[in-house]
Amino acid sequence: MALLQICEPGMSPDPHQHRLAVGIDLGTTNSLVATVRDGEPQVLRDAEGRMLLPSVVHYGEDGAPLVGHEARRRAALDPLNTLSSIKRLMGRGVADLKTVAGHIPYDFVAGEGGVPRIRTRGGEVTPVEVSAEILRVLRERAEARLGGDLNGAVITVPAYFDDAQRQATKDAARLAGLNVYRLLNEPTAAAVAYGLDRGQEGVIAVYDLGGGTFDISILRLNQGVFEVLATGGDSALGGDDFDRAIAAWMMQEAGIEGDTGHHRMRQLMMDACKVKEALTEQDETELKVAVSDSGYWSGCMTCRQMNELIDPLIDKTLTACRRALRDAGVQADEILDVVMVGGSTRVPRVRQRVGEFFGRDPRVDIDPDQVVAVGAALQADVLAGNQPGDDMLLLDVIPLSLGIETMGGLVEHIIPRNTTIPVSRAQEFTTFKDGQGAMSLHVVQGERDLVDHNRSLARFTLSGIPPMVAGAARVRVTYQVDADGLLSVTAREMVSGVQAGIEVKPSYGLTDGEIEHMLTDSRSHAQEDMEARRLREQQVEANRVLEALDAALEADAHLLTPEERATIDAARSRLEAVRGEGDPQAIADAIRHLEKASESFVARRMNESVRQAMSGHRVEEFD
Amino acid sequence: MTEGDRATLELDLKQNHFELLGLPQRFRIDPGALSQAYRHMQSALHPDRFARAGDQARRLAVQGAAQVNEAYAVLRDDGRRARYLLELHGVAVDEERDTAQDPEFLMEQMELREALEAAEQDPRPLEAVERVRADIGARHKALLQAFEQAFEAGDLAAAKAEVLKIRFFERLRQEATALAERLEDRDLP
Repeated sequence: MALLQICEPGMSPDPHQHRLAVGIDLGTTNSLVATVRDGEPQVLRDAEGRMLLPSVVHYGEDGAPLVGHEARRRAALDPLNTLSSIKRLMGRGVADLKTVAGHIPYDFVAGEGGVPRIRTRGGEVTPVEVSAEILRVLRERAEARLGGDLNGAVITVPAYFDDAQRQATKDAARLAGLNVYRLLNEPTAAAVAYGLDRGQEGVIAVYDLGGGTFDISILRLNQGVFEVLATGGDSALGGDDFDRAIAAWMMQEAGIEGDTGHHRMRQLMMDACKVKEALTEQDETELKVAVSDSGYWSGCMTCRQMNELIDPLIDKTLTACRRALRDAGVQADEILDVVMVGGSTRVPRVRQRVGEFFGRDPRVDIDPDQVVAVGAALQADVLAGNQPGDDMLLLDVIPLSLGIETMGGLVEHIIPRNTTIPVSRAQEFTTFKDGQGAMSLHVVQGERDLVDHNRSLARFTLSGIPPMVAGAARVRVTYQVDADGLLSVTAREMVSGVQAGIEVKPSYGLTDGEIEHMLTDSRSHAQEDMEARRLREQQVEANRVLEALDAALEADAHLLTPEERATIDAARSRLEAVRGEGDPQAIADAIRHLEKASESFVARRMNESVRQAMSGHRVEEFD
Repeated sequence: MTEGDRATLELDLKQNHFELLGLPQRFRIDPGALSQAYRHMQSALHPDRFARAGDQARRLAVQGAAQVNEAYAVLRDDGRRARYLLELHGVAVDEERDTAQDPEFLMEQMELREALEAAEQDPRPLEAVERVRADIGARHKALLQAFEQAFEAGDLAAAKAEVLKIRFFERLRQEATALAERLEDRDLP
């Protein structure tokens, strides 16, 4: 194996060193992958030259998944085996399906742990697996176009995604064999796409109306920092709802019954979408709708009629805009620019009303379908270390408050919404009964006062509390949210030191075991040799670990005593030795061993960089 | 692994929020210097800076960046910064217990609450609520000035009394905001 080249963040790398990194917009309706080549972001096309990959997965006669255009074509013919808008189901529990998926005509089965599974010809599949199929196609497209393994990817999520939905997205990426640098909020990505191109500074609004989600974000751009002042929106409102409103109108006009069956309903939705697209160009359009197997209804729809149908939906988005402005502490006339994202912003009525609301013409220069993927690619390029000296820093906020259940089914908020992440907050609780030996903790996300009205993220128990009178124990619960917006919770009884902690796995999410199982499950990858794949993944991981360590040693070896250096070198040699051999488990063990050996070195380096940063701003102050 | 090693696995950020961001420890703050110091520290500590540096470094970076975010959140918010300064001077503000207020202040509170309720019945309720919000905002600002004077003069008891009043006004402002949101929701089709 060739020796790897090394580059410390902030140091200038070998000019020929370029890590392959992509940005992925995993959309409700369509997905895209983009990269930066020769300093220019570009969306990568498939073999047929198409950029958009429909986020549709079809399970064919042999049970194998088919993704994209081919799959979408089969939607009308074989609806139960063709899954679209799966993003709406990410991180959702069986109990949510009625509200979330009221219009999604799949055959749901309640799986273990409350994870909904969809029965298809390819077996029972979870939304995470379906999304992974889409991501895998994008990964393969990128690797084919770029000619090598990807070092990492930035994947975008709606700003409004809660913890469970973010976790599900990250799980899907892992299943697809992607190394996730970062989950990035879609509107932030859009701001990156515009901001870097123009070096603009000030407060902007990103209005993102996609197929299935609406997000409004208020961002402040300054000195390369994108600070999210506030986010808001609706995770179940989008262009699909425009189609649905138009379809309902057509059904009414054509006299079609409400329960017309999966197949005809799909056809109607597709017709409605065509009407919507036609009306972006012209003032009226002819339509012809199948009423029965043989009969048709012909009619006409005008722009004005459509506008009346969709205005209530646009009103909903503008209410969310007003609220986000208030959360941000900004008036509409302070907004310098409004960036339009998502295919649904092509509808002229949307542009017009958003323009009226903010009192300025919205930005539509970058294709609203591509702008998110382009921004993600730019960020991925920076995180890959391909832009030395670029100190772009993206700061996001959590979209929904994180809380804990207290007595009487009430919620105590520990981290309020719109708090900048990463964040760590602690709160103390006490026991209710004398001698209470355990405390069960229920982690929830949402704004409402009653637990039942919020999203349940996880439950766990702190046990082994020594007997004390009621109110004497002091249980400190710490919530930590990382830069991806993912929560981990620890609880510690301060008197006795008893501790319990969890990575928050949604109550109805997938366990690590389930993901491992899926990773090794060859059902949909019969052509791939699983053992060979696992070996390659471990080798890639080993390379990453060695690269990071070598960069650290090159910069800060002086922080180590000779003995410590020897311990690390020994563990390093061991990993190098087994890397070339064929045993994935041995590589995994050697990686863990090396990480353990270098643990305190890592911490010392971090402390050193904190000291340097602090002395840095002191110096500036006295200059 | 020895105990000593374990200790070094934590980031060593024992400084208080002012020290962490390298700012003078007083109530009046230069917003430009604050945001510049914040960005400077975040540029050094944010997990994105360690995207390829391994899980351990990233975990520590999350800790560090969280602490910098917390310092920034406290210092940029007038009310929180005031409470934090008192804390640093050993004055705990316990909102549950320290509730006694002078009658005049309680009367003012009641009047503003009534004004909010009346605004809801106004023919143009949103505009009426905005007027009350502006009024609350002006009084809030005056209280902050009173705090600064008392604090700079070293009268911690008086400063604490102002902080408790400020807290009342913060809650009132939240109620006004919640009311405005309710009114907007009511207007939805």
